[in-house]
Amino acid sequence: MRRAVLLLSAAFAGLLLGLGVNSSAVAQSALGVHGTLENQQDEPVAGVSITVAQADGTEVATVESAEDGTWAVPLETGGAYVITLDESTLPDGLLVRNGRPQLEVEVNSDRTVLFPLDTQLAEGVTPEDPDESSSDEDGESAAPGDETSGDEVDEAEDGEALGEIEDEGGATRAVSLLFSGLHFGLMIALAAVGLSMVFGTTGLTNFAHGDLVTFGGVAALLFNLTFGLPVWLAAIAAVVLGAAFGWAQDWGLWKPLRKRGTGLVTMMIISIGVAMLIRYATLFFVGGERQRYTEYVGQEPWDFGWLVITPKDVATGSIALVVCVLVGLALVFTRLGKATRAVADNPSLAESTGIDVNRVIRLVWTIGGALAAMSGVFLSISDGVKFDMGQHLLLLVFAAVVLGGLGTAFGAFVGSMIIGVFVQMSTLVVAPELKYVGALAVLIIIMLTRPQGILGRRERIG
Amino acid sequence: MDWQFVFSQALTQAIGPTMLVYALGAIGLNLQFGYTGLLNFGQAAFAAMGAYGLALAVASFGLPFWWGIAIGLVAAVVMALLLGIPTLRLRADYLAIVTIAAAEIVRRLARSTVWSETTGGSDGLRGFSEAFFAMKPWGDDGNWSFLFVSMESGRLTVDLGVVNFQYSDRDLWVMVVGWTLVLFFLAVMGLLVHSPWGRVLKGIREDEEAVRSLGKNVFAYKMQALVFGGIIGAFAGFMFALSRANVQPDAFTTDFTFYFYVVLILGGAARLFGPVLGAALFWFLYNLFAQGLNQAIRADVIPPSVLDSTQVGPLVFFLLGLGMVLLLIFRPQGLIGNRKELMLDVR
Repeated sequence: MRRAVLLLSAAFAGLLLGLGVNSSAVAQSALGVHGTLENQQDEPVAGVSITVAQADGTEVATVESAEDGTWAVPLETGGAYVITLDESTLPDGLLVRNGRPQLEVEVNSDRTVLFPLDTQLAEGVTPEDPDESSSDEDGESAAPGDETSGDEVDEAEDGEALGEIEDEGGATRAVSLLFSGLHFGLMIALAAVGLSMVFGTTGLTNFAHGDLVTFGGVAALLFNLTFGLPVWLAAIAAVVLGAAFGWAQDWGLWKPLRKRGTGLVTMMIISIGVAMLIRYATLFFVGGERQRYTEYVGQEPWDFGWLVITPKDVATGSIALVVCVLVGLALVFTRLGKATRAVADNPSLAESTGIDVNRVIRLVWTIGGALAAMSGVFLSISDGVKFDMGQHLLLLVFAAVVLGGLGTAFGAFVGSMIIGVFVQMSTLVVAPELKYVGALAVLIIIMLTRPQGILGRRERIG
Repeated sequence: MDWQFVFSQALTQAIGPTMLVYALGAIGLNLQFGYTGLLNFGQAAFAAMGAYGLALAVASFGLPFWWGIAIGLVAAVVMALLLGIPTLRLRADYLAIVTIAAAEIVRRLARSTVWSETTGGSDGLRGFSEAFFAMKPWGDDGNWSFLFVSMESGRLTVDLGVVNFQYSDRDLWVMVVGWTLVLFFLAVMGLLVHSPWGRVLKGIREDEEAVRSLGKNVFAYKMQALVFGGIIGAFAGFMFALSRANVQPDAFTTDFTFYFYVVLILGGAARLFGPVLGAALFWFLYNLFAQGLNQAIRADVIPPSVLDSTQVGPLVFFLLGLGMVLLLIFRPQGLIGNRKELMLDVR
C-alpha cells in the first residue's frame, strides 16, 4: 500500500509536469541535464570538463564531454542547479559564445543545456580575452542556437542562421543579411505558393501546410541517413514523395470531405488536427533533436569581401528561384495553369466552362506538396531537420500570403520575398530572437490597413 | 498491469485542476466559436495574458494578488480589442490567422531574453501563488475521515473501492475555486445565450447580413463576444498558473489553443455544458492512454523494442490528433451538440 501511494504521487507529480507543457510533449521519464558541445563547424568538441552543482554550491558531478561531444549528468532530485563549463579545458581559441560559461537551470525533467562555442564572443558581450576575437572566421554560417540565451535548446531559429556576422561594417552586414533574406524569402515562397493556390481553389486555409514542409525535410533525412543516398538524390526523392503526399491527402481526405459538403471552418480545424498528426508522428519516429544530413554541414563560405555566402545557399536559392519562375510561367501560359487560375477566380463559373475542377485541385495539392517538400529539404540543408520546423515557418508563410493577397500565386511570391528580407534585415535593429515577432506584427498591421494584400482584390475579403 | 491505478488516475484527472483550466478556456471559446462563429485561434494568448498578468504583477512588481488578477483581466480585454478592431470586419479566416499570429507573438515576447530579468525568459516565473493558497479556508494538517472520504496530512483520499481519487491540499483548493468559477460562468453563459443578446450572436453565426439588415451593429456584438470570451480565457490562465504555481512561455503554444478546440468540439459546441463534458472526457481519455501505455511498458506487456517510454507522449498526442480528425469528419457535433448548428462556412 505504501509503495502504491508513493508510486501514485510520483506518477501524479510527473503527470502534472508533463501535461502542462504541451510543446515538449515527449514523456519526461528521467531527471538530469545533458548536452552536446560543438564548435561552429558543427564538429564535436571532446574532453571539456563540465561541473554540475546544486544551487547551494554542493558539487554533484564533474563530467567530460565524450568523443562525439555529448555529456550527460543524471540527477536524482529536481530543483535549481548550476552548470559550469570549465573554459580552461576548451581547445585553443574556443570560447563560450554568449560569455556565459556558468548557467543556472531549473531541472524538472531531462533537459538540454547548451553552451554555444565559437572562436569569438557574440556582439554585446564583453570579451574576456580580446585577443581571441580574430576576424578570420567572419561570416561562417553560424551554429544554430547562438541567438538565444543558450540555456535552452533553441527551437525558434529554424529560419536562416546566416544573420550572425560580427565584427563587420554595417553595410557589409546589411548586404549579407539582404542576401540571406532573399534566400529565406525564396524558401517561404516555395511553401507559400502552394498554400495560396490551395486557398484560391478550395477556400481552405490549410494549417497543415507547414507540416508538409517538415515532411520534405524528414523524407530527405530518411533517404539520406537510412538508405545512404547522397543529399541531392535524397532531395529529389523527398520532393517526389512530397508530391505524392499532397496528392494522397487530397485523394484520401480533402476530396471526400468536399463531396460530403463539410463546412470550411470544420475543414480548417481538421487541418489543424492533420498538422498535429504529422508533427507527432515525426516526433515519434525521428525524435525531438535537431538532425542534420550527412553532407554540406559547416560548408566553407565564399568570401567576396562585401558578401559572405555559402555555396549551398547559392545553389538552393537559385533552384528555388528557377522553380518559382517555372511555376509562374506555367500558370500564365499552359492550359492547366490557366485552368487553375480560372478555378481560383470562380470555381462554379470554371466548372460550367468545362474545366474539371477536382482535377485542378488535385494538381494544386500535388504541386503544393512538392514545393513545400522542396522548401523543407532546402531549409534542412541549411539548418537541420526538427519536427516542429514547419510549424514555425507556417506563420511566416501566412504572413507572406496575407501580405501578397490570399489566393493569388504571384502575390504569395512577392509577399514571401518581402517577409524573408524583412525578417533578416530586422536583426540589424532588433534582437535576432525577436525577428519573427516583427514579421507577425507586420501581418497584423496589414490587416488593419490593406487587408486584401498587395496583389489581392477588394472583393475577396468581404 | 494495474488497471485500477490507471482508471483511478484517469478519473482523478477527469475532474482535477488541469481539466478545469481546459473547461474554462473552452467555455470562453464556446461563446466566441460556438455561439458567434468567431474563429479565435489565439485562446492560448488570452490565457497567457491572464497567467502572465498575474505572475508579472505579483512576482516581478510586488503588487498584491488582486491587482494581479485585475491586470490579467485588463490585459485580456486590451488584447481582444487589439485583435478584434482590425479583423472582425473581415471574413472569418482572417481572424483565425491574426489570432494565431498574435498568440505566437505573445509567446515569443515572453520567452525572449531581452527582458528576461522581468519575465524570466524561457524559464518563466514562479512565486506568485502564495497569496492564493493562503486564502484556503482550512488548515494545512487536517486529519479526519468520514465514511470513504479521508484527509491525511494534507492529502484527500476518496476511496470508492473500485477506484480511488487522491488530491493534495493545494489541488483541492484549486478545484474548489475552479469549479466555482466554472459553475459561475456556466450560469452567466446560460443567462446570456438565452437573452436577446445571445440570440443576436447566434444570428450572426448563421447569417451576418440578415442580422445587419435588422439594424444590429454586428461589429459591436462580435467584439463583445470576443472580449467576454477572452476574459473567461484569462480566468483559465489564472487557474493554469495557480494550479502549477508557475508560468512558462512554452506552455502557451498553438497546441494549447487546439486542445481547447478539441475539448469544445468533443463535448459539443454551442451547448452550455459541452465544454465541461468535453474537458472531462478529454482528460479521462488522455490519462487512460498515457497511463495505460506507461503501465503496459512497465509491466512488459509492450516490449521496449515496439514502444519506448519516451515515445508515449508523441503517440498519445498523435492519437488525439487522429481522434480529432475522425470526430470532425464523422461526428462534428460532438457528444451533445446539434449538427445543424455547426455547418459554418466562411465564403
